[in-house]
Amino acid sequence: MLFGVPVVQIVLFGFALTNEIKNSNIVIVDNAKDMASQQIINKLASTDYFIIHKELLSSNQIDASFKSGDIKLAIVFPLNFNEDLTHTNHAQIQVIADASDPNTGTTLTNYVTGIVADYNAQFNKDIEIPYQINQEVRMLYNPDLKGAPNFVPGVIAMVMLLVCVMMTSISIVREKELGTMEVLLVSPFKPILVIFAKAIPYLALSIINLTIILILSVFALDLPIKGSIVLLYAVSILFIITCLSLGLLVSTGASTQQGAMTLSLVGMMLPTLMLSGYMFPIENMPMPLQILSNIVPAKWFYITIKDIMLKGLGVRFIWKEILILFGMTVFFLFLSLKNFKKRLE
Amino acid sequence: METETVIKTKDLTKRFENFVAVDKISFEVKKGEIFGFLGANGAGKTTAMRMLCGLSRPTSGEAIVAGIDVYHQPEKIKRNIGYMSQKFSLYEDLTVLENIKFYAGIYGLTDKQIKDKSDELVQKLGLQNQIKILVKSLPLGWRQKLAFSVAIVHQPKIVFLDEPTGGVDPATRKQFWDMIYDAAEQGITIFVTTHYLDEAEYCDRVCIMVDGRIEALDTPYQLKKSFNVDNITEVFYQLARKAKRAGD
Repeated sequence: MLFGVPVVQIVLFGFALTNEIKNSNIVIVDNAKDMASQQIINKLASTDYFIIHKELLSSNQIDASFKSGDIKLAIVFPLNFNEDLTHTNHAQIQVIADASDPNTGTTLTNYVTGIVADYNAQFNKDIEIPYQINQEVRMLYNPDLKGAPNFVPGVIAMVMLLVCVMMTSISIVREKELGTMEVLLVSPFKPILVIFAKAIPYLALSIINLTIILILSVFALDLPIKGSIVLLYAVSILFIITCLSLGLLVSTGASTQQGAMTLSLVGMMLPTLMLSGYMFPIENMPMPLQILSNIVPAKWFYITIKDIMLKGLGVRFIWKEILILFGMTVFFLFLSLKNFKKRLE
Repeated sequence: METETVIKTKDLTKRFENFVAVDKISFEVKKGEIFGFLGANGAGKTTAMRMLCGLSRPTSGEAIVAGIDVYHQPEKIKRNIGYMSQKFSLYEDLTVLENIKFYAGIYGLTDKQIKDKSDELVQKLGLQNQIKILVKSLPLGWRQKLAFSVAIVHQPKIVFLDEPTGGVDPATRKQFWDMIYDAAEQGITIFVTTHYLDEAEYCDRVCIMVDGRIEALDTPYQLKKSFNVDNITEVFYQLARKAKRAGD
C-alpha cells in the first residue's frame, strides 16, 4: 500500500486534474443552413472540444435534449445568418450552456467564443468593415453561476460516506474486537437484528445531517431546489442505505477498528472524492477512469441530486440512476451476508 | 439414580479443508457436572466448544446439547445455554445494572423477572454501591464475577466458559470457582475450557485434548493415579509430548 497509493495518486491527479473539457456533447439548431453557419458548424465539429451529438430541427427540442441526455451546450443559428452577416456585417447566434457546473458552463461557452472569434478573424483579413458575430449566452439551470449547487451535493455524499460507511463499520468491528460480538452471536439475538441495531442509529443520524445541510444550504447559500423535496429525501435515503450496506461489507473485511477506518477512508472515500464527478468532471478523465467511476455509488447519487435540485427533474428522468443505486445496495448486502456466513463456518 | 445427560457427542469432527481441527471426539456430560476441557492452544478446544454452542457446523459426527441436535436446531440451543467469553463479554461503556438488564432482556426475561433477577444478582455479588458504575471502572475480579452471573441470568441448563480466569490473581480465581460450585449445585452444568492446569483439580471430570483428539478423560484423581503422578500438570506434559501440532 505504501508504494501503490502514491503511484495511483500521481496517475489519477495527472489525468483527472485537467481543466480542459474535451468531447462535450452539443446540439445545433441551424435555422439558416447556409454557408456561414455550415462553416462555423464544421469548425466546431473539427475541434477536440465538441462532439456534435445531433442537429435538431427546432429550438423546441433543446429543452428535452438537455433533460434527457448528456448535452452540455446548444447553439442556435438564426434564419438569415449568412445574409445578415454579409449585408450588415453583424449577426447573432445563441449559445445555451448547462451551467449546473458553472465552471464547465463558463469554459464551454468560452470555447465557442474562441472558435467564432477565429472564424471572424479569417474573414476580417480581407475586408474593411469587420464582421461581428455576437453571442447571446444563456446559462441554463444556474443563471447566476452559483457554486453551491455544485459542491453541496458533493458535501452531502461525503458526509453520508463518513457516517454510514466508516462509523458503521467501526461500530461493528469494535464489537468483534471487544469480544461482545461473540456473546451476541451465541445468544438468541438474531444476527440480522444485530446488524439492524447497528445501522439504524446511523441512518437516523444521517437523515438529521442531511436536513441540517439542506437547511443551511438553502438559506445561507441560496441553493435552489427546483424539484420535489420528497424525491430528494427518498433518493438520499436510498443512498444512505447504499452506504450502510457498504459499511457492512467493510466490517466483514476488517478485524480491527483501525483496519475498518483505513478501509473506509482509502477504499471508499478517496475514490469517491476523485471519481464521483464532485471535484473533477468525469468527462475530462481518460476512458478507463470513466468506466471505473461507474462503480462509485456516489457518482450516481451526485447525478440524481443535481438533476432534482437544479433541473427539477422527476422520477421519469432519473429512474435509471435510482435502479443502479438499488442494485448496488442489494449486491453489497448479498456480499456481506456471504462473508459473514463464511466466517461462522 | 440416573442423572440426565446434557451433552453427548459421538465422533464429532470439524475439518477445515485439509486441516482436521477436531478429530472424532466422543464424550458425555451429566447434569450438574463441572466438566473441564484442557489442552494447548491449537488443540481444538475452542473449535469443539463452538460446535456445541451452535456457532459452527460440524463436518461429521453427532452432538446433542441440552437435548437438541446441533445440526437441526442450532438456534434453539442458544436459548438454553449461557456463554462467557475470554474477554468477559461485558459492555464497558454501560453500567453494571445496564449490562445485567441487557443480557437478561436478550434471553427473554420479562420486565418483572429482569427486575427481580437484577436485585438478586446485585445482592449476591455485593455490588449494591456499584450498580451505576461503568463496567470499565470495575476491577477485573469483579468483572469476571459479573460476567459469570450474567451468563447464567436465565438459569440455562449448561453454561460454557471459554478460558474464564485469564489475567486474574489466584485468590480471585478461587472465589470465582466458588461461584461455579454454587451454580453446579443448582443443577447448572458447567463446561469450562482452560489452560490453567491447576484448575483441572477443581473439575469433576477432565478431558485433555491433543491435536484434535481426546487423549484422556477421567476424574482428576483417576488421571493422576493412572499416570502415576502428583498433579494434572504432569499428566498433561506426558500427553503433550506426543503432540504434533505446535501451539503458542
